[in-house]
Amino acid sequence: MKKTFKIGGVHPHDNKISSAAAIEVFPAIETAYVSMAQHLGAPATPVVAVGDKVKVGQVIAEPAGFISGYVHSPVSGTVKSVGPRADIAGNMVPHVEITVEGDEWMEGIDTSDTIVKDIPYSPEEIIAKVKACGIVGLGGASFPTHVKLAPPKDKKAECLILNGTECEPYLTSDDRIMRERPVEILIGGAIMMKALGVTRGYVGIEENKPEAIASMQKAAAEFPQIEVVVLRKRYPQGGEKQLIDAVIRRQVPSGALPIDTGAVVQNVGTSLAVYEAVQKNKPLIDNVITVTGSCLPVQHNYKVRIGTPMSKILEVAGGLPENAAKVISGGPMMGRAIANLDAATVKANGAILVLTDKETRRGPETSCIRCSKCAQACPMGLEPWLLNKLSRAGGRYDELEAERIFDCIECGCCSFTCPAGIPLLDMIRINKAEVMKIMRSRVKK
Amino acid sequence: MTGTILFTIACLVALGLLFAVVLYFVAQKFKVEEDPRIATVESILPGANCGGCGQAGCHAFAENVVKAPGMDGFFCPVGGNPVMTKIAEALGRAVEEKAPMVAVVRCQGSFANRARTNDYDGYASCKVMASLYAGDTACKYGCLGKGDCAAACKFDAIHVDPATGIATVDQDKCTACGACVKACPKGVIELRAKGFKDRRVCVMCINKDKGAVTRKACSAGCIGCGKCAKACPFEAITVENNVAYIDFSKCKMCRKCVDECPTHAIQAVNFPPKPAAPATPATPAAPAAPAAPVTPEKPKPHEENV
Repeated sequence: MKKTFKIGGVHPHDNKISSAAAIEVFPAIETAYVSMAQHLGAPATPVVAVGDKVKVGQVIAEPAGFISGYVHSPVSGTVKSVGPRADIAGNMVPHVEITVEGDEWMEGIDTSDTIVKDIPYSPEEIIAKVKACGIVGLGGASFPTHVKLAPPKDKKAECLILNGTECEPYLTSDDRIMRERPVEILIGGAIMMKALGVTRGYVGIEENKPEAIASMQKAAAEFPQIEVVVLRKRYPQGGEKQLIDAVIRRQVPSGALPIDTGAVVQNVGTSLAVYEAVQKNKPLIDNVITVTGSCLPVQHNYKVRIGTPMSKILEVAGGLPENAAKVISGGPMMGRAIANLDAATVKANGAILVLTDKETRRGPETSCIRCSKCAQACPMGLEPWLLNKLSRAGGRYDELEAERIFDCIECGCCSFTCPAGIPLLDMIRINKAEVMKIMRSRVKK
Repeated sequence: MTGTILFTIACLVALGLLFAVVLYFVAQKFKVEEDPRIATVESILPGANCGGCGQAGCHAFAENVVKAPGMDGFFCPVGGNPVMTKIAEALGRAVEEKAPMVAVVRCQGSFANRARTNDYDGYASCKVMASLYAGDTACKYGCLGKGDCAAACKFDAIHVDPATGIATVDQDKCTACGACVKACPKGVIELRAKGFKDRRVCVMCINKDKGAVTRKACSAGCIGCGKCAKACPFEAITVENNVAYIDFSKCKMCRKCVDECPTHAIQAVNFPPKPAAPATPATPAAPAAPAAPVTPEKPKPHEENV
């Protein structure tokens, strides 16, 4: 029996229709719009001015706090403007606009394909390099990786888990990099293990990616300290807490951090970025984005420079079909609908998913029949129907807190499974933010 | 048969009398002394239990107002001044008259004024919508029109107009309890003085973006040009973060700002129609202005909205 996590979970159809499409390098763009909010935490502070000439990989913004990160120019050219621009949600975020001229890279960046296996650096040097290259978690949350590689003094890391589950339907970018660049991913894992001072590493991959599993297992033969763990297909296995449960059978207690179980989880994409940063001095300036959807004639996995407008990617991919109703950044379960197609990609963008009206339409909402499907589906052991009820009553924050609303990982299993079509996650999300705010203000006092 | 029925009735009556006597003595023994004035005050209050006064309900209001030394900090927005005067009389205190207030939706971003840039097909709630993204127009400050305010209103005084997609207030029904103000995730609704003869002037926009961005998003938005602040003889208008605000305690309702505003973001309501003469010098200025991409065509004012 293959491993999986203990509680909850659902089985959406995986729709990995783009898994056969090899990674293509996206053609050069004319203008890049680089967001300063590429990571969780404070937006970075731009250090370039209008008219400056920049090269690929040059630092254009510096971190503005502990949880923040460097941003590098993904293209070479001239800075055209520095100012607010709408992101995918329509919110104004500071951007640096760069007009592309040629493709001149910073000196010291190794752009060759040679695989460098030796790791001559100390843990401190590795963390410094990861920070300087602006690496963030590419699983979606874009948490700065250097912060995660240096856990607090009182917490001890025991193992590293590389997340290759890609449990969201449709997404195939991690699948493709695991097939095409397995050795680099594993070297990245070895680098992070050295930085953390751990000797045990795992790669968790779901069973619906047999080619990726074979390729990773073949490459892992040279890495005795890293084990490839094949997992049963189940959403949300890629959630940090669920993956730890599935791979090493330890549960993260309510309110605690994953590091409390001794595990550090990093996405395989992050691992590849860490390899490129440490061994090749290449900052995080591009990522693999899946462009998919049943209504698209051709599916793609593009290696795209950060700052490319979504509309440009869709145009190159063949344009939006007539019956397209919704474009989503990310997967259908946790992804966000793109309100502004002119928004540019950021480091953590993993997919652009085009759905038709039929695929996105919600059913009518009816009454809760207490079938308890949501409670069975919740991977965090919450009772979504109760949270929904309390949320709708308004102002019952102490009860919501007692029901651990703050543990919700917003995976959407409850809304997905509800036969009454109740927008459970929507209702939970609006009050979760409020409860977390109250809890934080209490800590401050 | 008859005997059984009679016996049952007699038993029940006897039991009833016994319990009545017991309960009477228990009630005497554990009697809670409550100030009789609380009941008096509660009977004067409207009994809507809306919480608009800031108390848990009408009974809590009555309890606290009786306990308090004066009337300061107590005001029933539903009953208004007449109810407060009555309560003050009952308690033998003096009360200061408060200017009546009304909820104002400070947004004119109707379908006509503010183009939709995307369609929202999620759950029909402003709070949910606001938690997901900036909104279905290029303005991220304005009314989302999903009716959280209407759901919160206990007096049927606020509704989303299907023709404009904007919440509108029925000023006769509005009690200024403030439930809609709390319900609105965008903070568009404000309680403002109802004004003499219900006349009032208000900046109907809260867009903090720079003028050019606002103008692109909505033809009736405040672009923060500051013309109104210059025109105001009473220093009632301040322009902060690219948006003007009229302090209604200073406003003398001269309406100079209304004429100055290039986007008609400042609206005056319930005033009698102006004589035609002063309007003429303002008209030639309009064609002289450079051909802006958005024609500042006067939007239809939402009378009951202001």
